[in-house]
Amino acid sequence: MPRDGKANAEAYLRMYRQMARIRAFEDKANQLYLNAQMPGLTHMYSGQEAVAVGICEALTDEDRITSTHRGHGHCLAKGAELKLMFCELLGKEEGYCRGKGGSMHIADQAHGNLGANAIVGGSAGIATGAALSAKRLGRNYVTVCFFGDGATAQGLWYEVMNMAALWKLPVIYACENNGYSEYTATEEVVAGSLTARAEAFGIEAHQVDGQDVLAVSKLATELVERCRRGEGPFFIELETYRYHGHHVGDINREYYRTKEEEARWKADRDPIANFGKWLRSEGVATEDELAVIDSEIRDEAAAAVEYALAAPYPDAVEVDMHVFKGVDHALPYMSGERA
Amino acid sequence: MTREITLSQAVNEAIAEEMRRDETVLLIGEDVAEAGTPFKVLSGLVEEFGTERVIDTPIAEPGFMGIAVGAAMTGSRPIVDLMFGDFLYLVMDQLCNQAAKTHYMSGGKLNVPLVLRTNLGATRRSAAQHSQSLHALVAHIPGLKLAMPSSAYEAKGLLKAAVRDDNPVVIFEDKLMYQDKAPVPEEEYVLALGEAAILREGSEVTLIGTSSMRQVCERAAEILEGDGIGAEVVDPRTLVPLDERTILGSVRKTSRAIVVDEGHQNFGVTAEIAARISEKAFYHLDAPVIRMGAMDVPVPFSPALEDLTVPTAEGVAANARAIVRGVPVHAP
Ligand SMILES: Cc1ncc(C[n+]2csc(CCOP(=O)(O)OP(=O)(O)O)c2C)c(N)n1
Ligand SMILES: [Mg+2]
Repeated sequence: MPRDGKANAEAYLRMYRQMARIRAFEDKANQLYLNAQMPGLTHMYSGQEAVAVGICEALTDEDRITSTHRGHGHCLAKGAELKLMFCELLGKEEGYCRGKGGSMHIADQAHGNLGANAIVGGSAGIATGAALSAKRLGRNYVTVCFFGDGATAQGLWYEVMNMAALWKLPVIYACENNGYSEYTATEEVVAGSLTARAEAFGIEAHQVDGQDVLAVSKLATELVERCRRGEGPFFIELETYRYHGHHVGDINREYYRTKEEEARWKADRDPIANFGKWLRSEGVATEDELAVIDSEIRDEAAAAVEYALAAPYPDAVEVDMHVFKGVDHALPYMSGERA
Repeated sequence: MTREITLSQAVNEAIAEEMRRDETVLLIGEDVAEAGTPFKVLSGLVEEFGTERVIDTPIAEPGFMGIAVGAAMTGSRPIVDLMFGDFLYLVMDQLCNQAAKTHYMSGGKLNVPLVLRTNLGATRRSAAQHSQSLHALVAHIPGLKLAMPSSAYEAKGLLKAAVRDDNPVVIFEDKLMYQDKAPVPEEEYVLALGEAAILREGSEVTLIGTSSMRQVCERAAEILEGDGIGAEVVDPRTLVPLDERTILGSVRKTSRAIVVDEGHQNFGVTAEIAARISEKAFYHLDAPVIRMGAMDVPVPFSPALEDLTVPTAEGVAANARAIVRGVPVHAP
């Protein structure tokens, strides 16, 4: 860890705050599920906060990301608001996607989030295409493609890595290796090494501790800068862990991973607690100051949930809107009715 | 003797029985072994048949689909588990360019005896990539058979027939029906592909409902009975082959038909069945054949919108009342 203590206090506290916001958001989302107040299921990001926050710390609003089914963390780290995210999770009109997308499809155009994706590995092409646009149109943004270890089994990723390497595209493939895809341990479904797969295409590959937000942000900052200079693409494998089940309904999970393993990660490698400890030891913040941040964030999350619960659903007339760009209502349009 | 079991148990029993009967049958897909799939449909099978025959794969749908096609061409009888029907798009090349055409292209020398099990159905609040009913895509491709079980009874009998069939057979189960119970015989039985069932007799209108929409039609028939209208309910059970004889026989009797299916309405299953009725029973009809499919929009997440996109019993009953009473449904 860089020992430059207070010099970067603002950035450090921003990262701390962002990680705490993600954790608070997920705790509330889980509670909404348990209270049967949330439609459907959702996948919790808790435990992986340092990945999204460390990487997004290196990005501007102009930079793009693509996200996954486990995407709340990416979305918040890229700048989304709690209130509008809860509205989306509850299917409310004010949500990021007017209630049409839900947890697995949140996109936030204003902050460069091209969207979560419910198809595992489904965004590898989109991220690479965004990088192609950047290069072709002479724009200086970088695209980060977030995906899980499970997604490395999808063929699409290999096709696009090949092209990204051939065309030197400004894209970073960020694989969050949390040890599991659904109910299966990674080592049962991954042959060989992931970094070697990227290296086979001549792509520079890195491994980093995904629980260490400073290590992640340092590596990401360097690779983003190099991408901007035309040295991309890059691959990063981030070792991390999800605290909850595969989704909120995956409660009895001892048949595929032990309670002891979960407890060990939480006790020894929690990204927020460990970073908080470091901030205190470096004199960046006192215990009391961090406690104030935590409680402010919890209040913010609670208020956002209240707001979203009270917010209205979309009106029925919205159901056939947004099917086609430039068409108000798809149903009459598809029957040949002209505006 | 019959007992009540869930659709999920029915599928599980069918697979277990077929795997016991035939050594060459194997199961392949994501989290099919220890986890027994996210819907827990396959629980217990790996314990009985082992990981050599109940094969967990990485998340690589085109890959395991292709492997199943090759295995099927060389003496195995794979049952492929595709976790969500929405992932059909990922396996389309292997299914439609390879499995569907091999027998024909080889002049009858090769064949592909595989079963692809997947699901359909909205209103589970799973949004646009986990809620689609895509069976029409399969029905469009010559060389593929297509079964649409509407209860535990059909699910078991049709799956056993599919495993024994020497062709690729795709089965769509309604993911919202896995826990629904129905009477299922204790004894072994197989339901022939291509035989529709008349579930309820009536003389004024025929309601044809596939899969999940069978229940919608049955509820609509009850509503209509309250109005003094006799509705006949027909479940085609398989769409390829389609039992036209039963469907047309019913429509000749009632002279009116409504076709209900959870796939998108445009260019879909309802359109095909309606067209066949119109062509082949035209002079028996007293009203235009009505199609009722899923609304032609991606499935929205919000409950407030999602519920508007699938046909309801009330909607079917309203259309039936209109055509029985002669209210014009034509465009002006
Ligand atoms: C193409 C596709 N196949 C299967 C699934 C079902 N599914 C959803 S998440 C998931 C596991 C993904 O694992 P990983 O990529 O490691 O991400 P994690 O859940 O660990 O964040 C699976 C199999 C899917 N959504 N899309
Ligand atoms: Mg994973």
